[in-house]
Amino acid sequence: MAKMERNRRTLLQGAAWLGAAYTTAGWRRLAEAAEAPITVGFIYVGARDDYGYNQSHADAAAEVKKMPGIKVVEEENVPETQAVQKSMQGMISQDGATLLFPTSFGYFDPHMLAVAAKNPTVRFAHCGGLWTAGKHPANTGSFFGYIDEAQYLNGVVAAHATKSLKLGFVAAKPIPQVLRNINAFTLGARSVNPKITTTVIFTGDWSMPVKEAEATNSLIDQGIDVITMHVDGPKVIVETTAKRGKLVCGYHASQAKLAPQAYLTGAEWNWITAYKTIIDAAHTGKPHPNFVRGGLKEHFVKTSAYGPAVSEGARKQADGVKARMLAGKFDIFTGEMKDNTGKVVIPKGTTLKQTDVNLESMNWLVDGVIGKA
Amino acid sequence: MSAHAWVDLLLAMLGGAIRVGTPFLFVSLGECLTEKSGRINLGLEGVLVFSAMAGFGAAWLTSSVWLGVLAAGLAGGLLALVHGLVCSLPQVNDIAVGIGIMLLGNGLAFYLGKPLMEPQAPQIPSLMLGDWSSSANVQAALHINALFPLGLALALLLRWGFTHTRWGLLVRMVGDSADAARALGTSVNGVRLAATVAGGFIAGLGGASLSLYYPGSWNEGLSSGQGLIAVALVIFARWNPLRCLAAALLFGAAGAVGPALQSVGYGAAYQLFNALPYALTLLILLLTCSPQRAARGAPMELGVTR
Repeated sequence: MAKMERNRRTLLQGAAWLGAAYTTAGWRRLAEAAEAPITVGFIYVGARDDYGYNQSHADAAAEVKKMPGIKVVEEENVPETQAVQKSMQGMISQDGATLLFPTSFGYFDPHMLAVAAKNPTVRFAHCGGLWTAGKHPANTGSFFGYIDEAQYLNGVVAAHATKSLKLGFVAAKPIPQVLRNINAFTLGARSVNPKITTTVIFTGDWSMPVKEAEATNSLIDQGIDVITMHVDGPKVIVETTAKRGKLVCGYHASQAKLAPQAYLTGAEWNWITAYKTIIDAAHTGKPHPNFVRGGLKEHFVKTSAYGPAVSEGARKQADGVKARMLAGKFDIFTGEMKDNTGKVVIPKGTTLKQTDVNLESMNWLVDGVIGKA
Repeated sequence: MSAHAWVDLLLAMLGGAIRVGTPFLFVSLGECLTEKSGRINLGLEGVLVFSAMAGFGAAWLTSSVWLGVLAAGLAGGLLALVHGLVCSLPQVNDIAVGIGIMLLGNGLAFYLGKPLMEPQAPQIPSLMLGDWSSSANVQAALHINALFPLGLALALLLRWGFTHTRWGLLVRMVGDSADAARALGTSVNGVRLAATVAGGFIAGLGGASLSLYYPGSWNEGLSSGQGLIAVALVIFARWNPLRCLAAALLFGAAGAVGPALQSVGYGAAYQLFNALPYALTLLILLLTCSPQRAARGAPMELGVTR
């Protein structure tokens, strides 16, 4: 939707430009027609170049910088404490920011809500939080992407690449978002070959480099030959897997540069779509979009380009599934589905659409996963 | 668990003992040397993080991994020098200064390490000691960090040096009785400063092992408290370098248990197994705090035993 509107506006501007191109008066008129410039602030919990979650945001913010009439201010390594309130207030008071993107999960409550109450004219767009109408102020909102679709495609590609039929998943904590990714990855792989299993190792926290390396090594020692992950910075896992001569699917951002031969494909965020929707609304004075969600079809997430180790068959099958996802004709979580203890978690005939809130409280691991949620 | 799974678990623990244990070994040897001279340097956690960053940065800039290892050692020595100098002032508490050095080392490393998260640096080579075996797991477990044999030699050297060299005896004398050392005309602060700087250099090699071998990149969560655990290990090892070696290997193996158990499909209570090294630290401190045993082997001048 938003994209179409943008295109129409660009077209109109282009037409205006053509008509006025030969007169200086026309130039002046065009300048007056453009919207007033706005300042947008981005806040990251970690370093901008972590090859992971924060980089996925910073990359999109770099694209925002290229948009006309937008000034971007950024701050990294802001902890999820009182410090983020100071950062936000500083961006508002000193830089004149009228739209803020606090990108880390813990910024939402109470920090963003507190600053939003003090600055009712400023818009706040939080990543990952659950914004609820009536409960949270109208100048705040949240956006997020259904990245499990890209993890499903990771699974399809991994299934073609594995020789041992054993896949590995290094995860931080058993929270719904992580479990959903593990399940989607496994379902994707087992759609190719139902004999495939996924072994999960939980490291216990978002950034534990030594434990992540140790987990990767233990998985490979068990004969696992394709690994993916859900931790904040996948760099260590990607490098360790490549060092051991095995294959890897990325997460958050593309890690292809770290291991060009071992990198199959990856599940990446494409935050620019959500950013544009929210920034356009601010730019044109439309109401603040409070609840923004989307998957592959809405260009909220994307997949990394295939690496050299991906076979022709794998490309074809993954592209086929992707095309159906893009057309809105593919559901990952359809009944009857059992968890790995044999309990039915989705009854026969039931399909959970991506937008279903039940998926956002997932607490089970699907049949085929070796590990405990 | 099947017999096969047990074998895998033991192999993982063997591999993990060396992979994860090497930084513990260097930091505990460095701390052992410092404490033998009668001073505690709690700042080795900061030294570890700072030297890991410095080593990675130097290896990346010069494309030479051994220059990186040297830089890590020098960076560690430099930070320890600050500790040693401040502690040479009268009425300064070495433990409090150590905490300051720890925070300083972390802060400096995070600040200077910003541009180092993205690049890849050359890595310390592996010694392939497992090539005799046809099992891939045995081979993997015996791919040994080239710094590990150096740590092994250092442990033996320190053990021998403390009893058989003039320098070793001097360090121990200063650690056991500053008055006796003064009566002999030895500069107590001078010896302690030297022991602290040398200890920082050795701990810095542990930092190089983290950022240049395992896990082999720089990021801010790299140490997650390993330097502090290593300081506790010295007490457990009762200031004996060879026992430091055993303790470091034990802790490395304990760190490998959590992931290894999950990889063979035993996922219950993984949080408990992940906490094993820390639980072990508490247990060890509990066991060694017994009044009959605590003093044995401890340098008499040490703040904790005085």
